[in-house]
Amino acid sequence: MPGLPTMLSIISSFALFVLFLALQGRPAFEAVRLVFEGAFGSSFAWENTLQRAAPLMLTALCVALPARAGLIIIGGEGALVLGGLAAATLPLWLTGLPPLATLIAMGLVAMLVGGIWIGLNGWLRQKRGLNETIGSLLLSYIAIALFNHLVEGPLRDPSSLNKPSTVGLDYPLMIGVISEDSFRVHWGLVAGIIACVMAWVLVRHSVKGFALDVVGGNVRAARMLGLPVNRLVIFTCVLGGAAAGLAGMYEVSAVQGSANASLIVGYGISGILVSFAARHNPLAIILCATLVGGIEASGSLLQRRLDLPDATTLILQGLLFTNLLAWEALVGRITGWRIALEEHANKVKNAEVQHG
Amino acid sequence: MSDLDRRKFLRLASIIGIAAAMPFSIARAADKPLVVGFVYVGARDDFGYNQAHAQAASIIRSMPNVTVVEEENVPETSAVQQAMEAMIRQDGAELIFATSFGYFDPHVLRVAQRYPAVRFAHCGGLWDASKHPENVGSFFGYIDEGQYLNGVVAGHMSKSKRLGFIAAKPVAQVLRNINAFTLGARSVDPEITTTVIFTGDWSLPVREAEAANGLIDQGCDVLTCHVDGPKVIVETAERRGVMSCGYHASQAALAPNGYLTGAEWNWETPYRAHVEAAQKGQAMNNFLRGGLAEGFVKTSDYGTNVSAAAREQADQIKAAMIAGEFTLFKGPLNDNKGNVVLAEGESLGQTDVALEQMDYLVEGVRGDI
Repeated sequence: MPGLPTMLSIISSFALFVLFLALQGRPAFEAVRLVFEGAFGSSFAWENTLQRAAPLMLTALCVALPARAGLIIIGGEGALVLGGLAAATLPLWLTGLPPLATLIAMGLVAMLVGGIWIGLNGWLRQKRGLNETIGSLLLSYIAIALFNHLVEGPLRDPSSLNKPSTVGLDYPLMIGVISEDSFRVHWGLVAGIIACVMAWVLVRHSVKGFALDVVGGNVRAARMLGLPVNRLVIFTCVLGGAAAGLAGMYEVSAVQGSANASLIVGYGISGILVSFAARHNPLAIILCATLVGGIEASGSLLQRRLDLPDATTLILQGLLFTNLLAWEALVGRITGWRIALEEHANKVKNAEVQHG
Repeated sequence: MSDLDRRKFLRLASIIGIAAAMPFSIARAADKPLVVGFVYVGARDDFGYNQAHAQAASIIRSMPNVTVVEEENVPETSAVQQAMEAMIRQDGAELIFATSFGYFDPHVLRVAQRYPAVRFAHCGGLWDASKHPENVGSFFGYIDEGQYLNGVVAGHMSKSKRLGFIAAKPVAQVLRNINAFTLGARSVDPEITTTVIFTGDWSLPVREAEAANGLIDQGCDVLTCHVDGPKVIVETAERRGVMSCGYHASQAALAPNGYLTGAEWNWETPYRAHVEAAQKGQAMNNFLRGGLAEGFVKTSDYGTNVSAAAREQADQIKAAMIAGEFTLFKGPLNDNKGNVVLAEGESLGQTDVALEQMDYLVEGVRGDI
């Protein structure tokens, strides 16, 4: 059962969370109840949760897609900020188009920039033998430094005095919420879900997805079969980067209205957690992003009702991640034991038959 | 602490429930507690910007008929919109203090449009009557007065005649503080220079420590700063045996030997004004500013090692500032590239918006924007 480690880790993380709070003399069960109330307890809580989950779905894909080909990419943050910056500056060069066309162009340029950035990681790994995990992390730092330099220097709107930003988007270029009255979540959520479904079709129901699994499972076998390994690896990196870049575009056009330092708040980092929790399955990413978004949303209620510090939800997220890794290792081992036991039982049975 | 708040909350929730059930209590009852929300961008115990706000919030908490709800570490993203909306919808907040500069546009403006009956007081934003909603107000303090006094004391105490300033970003508010500090020091001795290092962001403790060590190695013997949490800088200065001036809140406890004085916020004054206006149902005060005279900023008590001459001169200038007889930025004033910023006879009063668009470093500052 593929979801077993995730289920077990959710249960054990909440158990440890209760223990942790109880040991400090805090109302533990009340806190857990508030986590659920703050995340899923009302329509407002759902809006809050899904709004936070939307960018995580896209940044998680930046980890999940390369992971299908066996790469651990953790630099989605860099693709997100550069994608957002590209989207924010495009309308300055590209004027005169109708708003919808400009928005589509912004989305495309954000995906292009994000794709190039993570694609560069794939290229460096395949062609230059650079470890992609370290490489993506370092490239992400470079991206953030580049972003800061451009936003505070050449691309800065002179009227943004105490918070350097690019020139603000015109009102028609701001993406609104899905429904003003009943569902106040911006359209990035829809984009995230569509991207996850498309990624799922790609990895599960296409020839390319099968080829990716072969590359990720055994790269030598893939080469023996004559699969274009380099091209496949770089392809997943480009797609992942494009997803993160798109997340940046939505942050700019649905939330911030310009590119500024508020894009660098760790969506790319949370995406790593989401992707691992989902075991790199694109459909499971939708659920896991909602869960992580929910935990973040509930932090607000925990602080206001119980006076717990903000770090409480970080602890819950950390517990979730470590438990996940622990159960992953443990479930793998349990399966190993089971196979060994079954083999032993079969041997005994065979021996009995022979003797019989 | 937590139990008390929970009980308070339950009491509040039942009152709201009863109030909602009774159609005749639609008008604001005088004894109904006012729910005030505070949103902070960092930790409430950061020995700096957020702590200064949280300290004042705890005073507001003790006011009669007020319930305070707080949320810390809220980034300047849609998260702050959600946080403010949650305070309004889940706790019934009627007045929200959004304490970080970056909360204003678009976050506070958007939520304020959606909830016209709730008051939003933002720290630092420039409220503009022509385009911003009526239920939004901005407040800020002229803390450069405190930085000038920091400079005066530092100027007296420095032996190397070199001061160090660790700054986050070269934005107007920060430049104004660097310049005020330098002008204060050079009023004591025109030989003094201030070396400035920009770290690049509001909270980068590792880089702040590196910058502090770098400045001390260059011979600076008094450090001050404009970053969100001065803790690391003041601690590093103390460990290396040099002096420091505080910022945002008092860091005296971190440096018993080297702490000279500090420029502190006193947010209690604007907070109280907004809370009282809300309780009495008065119109929103959209634009609230003040310095030492109005009680928006204050200075830390002098450290034990501060000389009598330094105390005397700083106290004199402080008294003149409070009396409104002191002009901080006046000609002749050059920037550090030799251009004339203010000619002889020209001067800028504290309320002048030109000061909020400052884009230069004055003569005597070593560093580039």
